[in-house]
This record gives sequence, C-alpha cells and structure tokens, in this order.
Amino acid sequence: MTQAVPSRLRIRPGDPATAAATAPTFDARQAPEHVFEARDVSIFYGAKQALAGVDLGIRHGQITALIGPSGCGKTTFLRSLNRMNDSVGGFRIEGSILYHGHDIYGDQVDRVEVRRRIGMVFQKPNPFPKSIYDNVAWAPRNLGLRRGLDERVEQALRGAALWDEVKDRLKDSALGLSGGQQQRLCIARAIAIEPDVLLLDEPASALDPIATQAIEELMHSLKGRFTIVIVTHNMQQAARVADRTAFFSLETAGPKPVGSLIEVDATEKIFASPQDPRTRDYVSGRFG
Amino acid sequence: MSAGPGFDPTAPLTASGNLRRRQAVSRAAEIGATAAAVAAIAVLALIVYTVVSRGAKAIDLDFIFTGYPTGVGPMLLGTIVIALVATAMAMPIGVLIALFLTEYAGSRAAGPLRLTLDLLNGLPSIILGLFVFALLVDHKQQSGFAGAVALAIIELPLIARGSQEVLLLVPKSLREASDALGVARWRSVLTVVLPTALGGIVTSTVLAVARAAGETAPLILASSVFDPKSFSVNPFEAMPNVPVWIYKLSEEGNPEGFTEAWGMSLLLVSFILFASLGARALLARSKRKLSS
Repeated sequence: MTQAVPSRLRIRPGDPATAAATAPTFDARQAPEHVFEARDVSIFYGAKQALAGVDLGIRHGQITALIGPSGCGKTTFLRSLNRMNDSVGGFRIEGSILYHGHDIYGDQVDRVEVRRRIGMVFQKPNPFPKSIYDNVAWAPRNLGLRRGLDERVEQALRGAALWDEVKDRLKDSALGLSGGQQQRLCIARAIAIEPDVLLLDEPASALDPIATQAIEELMHSLKGRFTIVIVTHNMQQAARVADRTAFFSLETAGPKPVGSLIEVDATEKIFASPQDPRTRDYVSGRFG
Repeated sequence: MSAGPGFDPTAPLTASGNLRRRQAVSRAAEIGATAAAVAAIAVLALIVYTVVSRGAKAIDLDFIFTGYPTGVGPMLLGTIVIALVATAMAMPIGVLIALFLTEYAGSRAAGPLRLTLDLLNGLPSIILGLFVFALLVDHKQQSGFAGAVALAIIELPLIARGSQEVLLLVPKSLREASDALGVARWRSVLTVVLPTALGGIVTSTVLAVARAAGETAPLILASSVFDPKSFSVNPFEAMPNVPVWIYKLSEEGNPEGFTEAWGMSLLLVSFILFASLGARALLARSKRKLSS
C-alpha cells in the first residue's frame, strides 16, 4: 500500500505494444502523458475482492472507455479514481493510483480536493431540486468562483450542448427537464468548475437512443478540454467515442472469480484485433 | 402418505367439516378488530364533541382578547410566548441531532442515540417539570423560561426523530452529486440536503409544538403563580398560560370557571387538531416532491 509519491508529472514513454498500437491514430511524436497511473490496484469490500492487480495508464485529453460484463469491477475502478468509494462500508484499496504523479490515496490527500479536480457524472441523472441556473451555479458559488457567474453558467450550459434548450427558462426547476436534458445538465454542472478529469459512469444507460446520441456528441466536443474516462455496457458506444478501450472481465483462474483488467489498447485495436481470446469473445458478442 | 385427498372431490362445494366453525371464529376476530378501530375514532369524536358543546358558548372576542375576569387573553399570549421560546431552543438542536444521525454518525453511534431520543420522548412530563424546577426555579423564582425549557425537552426528541426521517428520504444520489463536485460536506448539507428536507422539518416542528403546547405538569411547577389579569411577554417571570389556567379553574367550584375552562380547552384542541392535520398534509406534499 505504501508507495513513493513522485512529486512531478510522470511521463511514461509508452511501452512497445501500446506505442505500436497508437501509432496510426495518435501523434506518435509526443509520448502520451498519463493523467492516471494505476499500479497493481486491488480493491476489496470487506472480505470480498472486487478487483485484482489492475495496471492502467489513462492518457491526457483522451477518452478512455472501460468495458466489460456486469460485476467485473469497472465501475468500482472508476469510482476509486476520485475516491467516491471511500464512503462505502468495508472499502479497502491496495496498490496505488497516481494522479499527475500524486497518490490519490496518500496520507496528505484531501478527498474533497481530489473531487474538485476530478468530476463525476452518474448513471442516473441526479440534478439538485433547484432551478436549472442554480444547479450549474451551485458548485462555483460554494467554491468561491462567484465572479462572472452568469457567464460561467452560460459557458457550462453551452459546453454541455444544453444552452439553446434552456436559455429562456433558467429559473425553472431542473426536475422538469427530460432525462437526457437532466443528464446534460449534470455534465454542465460538472464542467462549470472546470475540472481536469471527467469520470462518466454509464452516463447514457438510462437514456433513449436520441438522448444517447446527444451525450456521445457532447463527449466528442469535450474531448481535449478534459480527460474523460467512461464506463459503458454498450460496446458500440465505446467504439464510437473512445480513443482507448480497457476491457475488464471476471478472472476465474483463482479460487473465487475476481474482476481484473484483461486488455487495454487503442479502441480500433480492441475491436478489430484483440490480443486476448477473452476480449475477442466479448467484443464479438460470444458472451456477456 | 394417505391414499386420497381425505375428502370427496365430487361433493358440492359447500362448507364441510369444521369450516363453518372456523369461519365463525374468523368473523368474530374481524368484528372485534373493527370495533376497536371504531372505538378509537369514537373516543376522539366524543372528546371533541364534549369540548365543543361545553366550550363554544364561552368563546367570543372578549374571551380571546381581554384579561381576567372577562377573558383569557393573557393565558393565550403566555402559552404562545412559552411555546415560541421552547421551539426556538428545541428546533436548532433537534435539527442538528437529526443531521448528526443521518450525515455524520456511524451505525455504532446512531443506534444508541436513537434509543436515547425515544427514551427521552417516553419520560413523564412531571419528571421533566421536577428537573426544571430543581434546575431553574428552586431558590429562584418561577418563570416562563423555565417552563419553556421543560417544553423544549419534550419537543426535542420529536423534532429530531421527525427531521431524521425526512433527511433519510433525501436521495443518496444528491449527496453523491455534491460530493463529486468537490464541495465540502457541510456546505452540501446546508445548501442541498436541508433545503430539500425543509418541508418535513417544519412539519415535525409543528407537530412537536402542538404536543408541547398542552403540556401541563411542567408548567404547574415552573409557571403557575401568575396574574391572570395582565398581559405579559417577559419570559423571566411566571407567565399566565392556558394549561395551568384550565387546571386552576377546574379545581375551583365555580360554574362560570368551568365554562371558561371548556372554552380554553376548545381553543387548545382546535389549535392542536389544525396544526397536526396541516402539518401532515404538508409532510405528505414534501414527501411526494422528494420521491418524484
């Protein structure tokens, strides 16, 4: 559990496998900068192990999708990136997750500060029972970002592709919006404080196809500005939006099945020519 | 295993064996339970009827707005002041206890605390009266404030438990949302959780006030030697109040006093009924708002 915490940014010069894989799609001249470095991460809830030995780097400014069958620990992994699991009873993590080189679970780390930089959008839209404007303005107000608040709210709503639909009813309750609009409002709320990373936990799974398409277009427009990590059950969605895709599955070799990372690569590589047979079975729809 | 089902499957489908007796017992049980339920309603109806029929004739404007001997204005005012002071003490503490229970306490602390509140709620009010008497009145003087402290202790568990129930209804997803925005917990509590639960908190407070307003025993000890002629809003002397005055009038052998006592009872019962019904309606509304 104890790991040295490097104080400066860590830049991994890309191991040979991924470097080759990324060459056609990414600017190979610059080595990918990792926002997150998970090293041998294992997660337990009480006596139950949810995740074992995950090594995963998440690259700056890209969209990384975590896919895999239910119960394989991908949401657990996502929530451990901004310490949302801390309040879950019996939660315990081994290994380390470095964020720009700082251990997310380090002794001096304040989890409120972690979440200030690493925002999250949940599976079910969860707007506050307040007006549309107040939903977006709430976090900036509470973080002391009061100057130019109207402008900030407008920018966030524009960024979430919601402005044109709500600009005439900013004072109306957010609960009157449709599910897809509510989810985009939650994204606007998250980006209003300009975080570094956005974690999206199946953000479209409760939405209809049209709202889903809007969310996916939104992700494309947010790419680059934010590093995005998205958990999705929907493989086509991963294929459409993600630069890189990590496939999680249940490792059944041990005495008890436990979630683990099987393979991570450029998205087209994962879907066209995966290295691991389990990945191949999953993406071709043979199981899960 | 027996060979057959033990009855003739082709017989007509009328009651057979001891079914007739079993059905009679079942009917008797149902009638008994229904009668008990009706009795509860009847008791309330009878009380309200008695109070209204005997008290209505006492009530007019003079009765409400003048002092002894033509009216009971000072007592009404005193009860309002004492209840306000009590609520001003009990509400903030009660809400803080509820917040502790729902937002901060682990299950190890929450269980005993809930039990404590329930025990506090079950304490006889005369005991609270004695406690306050020993603490604030003995060797000093009676005061509306001492009475208010006793009533605050009565209100406290009601407000805390009621608020806690509504706070538990605030969806976990809202707390997650504010957590994920990097805002400190107390700010989330103040600006998201409390406003969402406000309706229910107000409701439980109103119910607690309705319960405390009629408490007599603590006030007999804390605020019973008063002048029924003078309107007083100073809580640091004995204040006229409705329950003690009802008690005093009923102790005297004066028929006019009885009528006055019934008149005050009617005012008190009306306040409690309307406050309770209104509060419940409000609670139902805010619960609907939360669950939608």
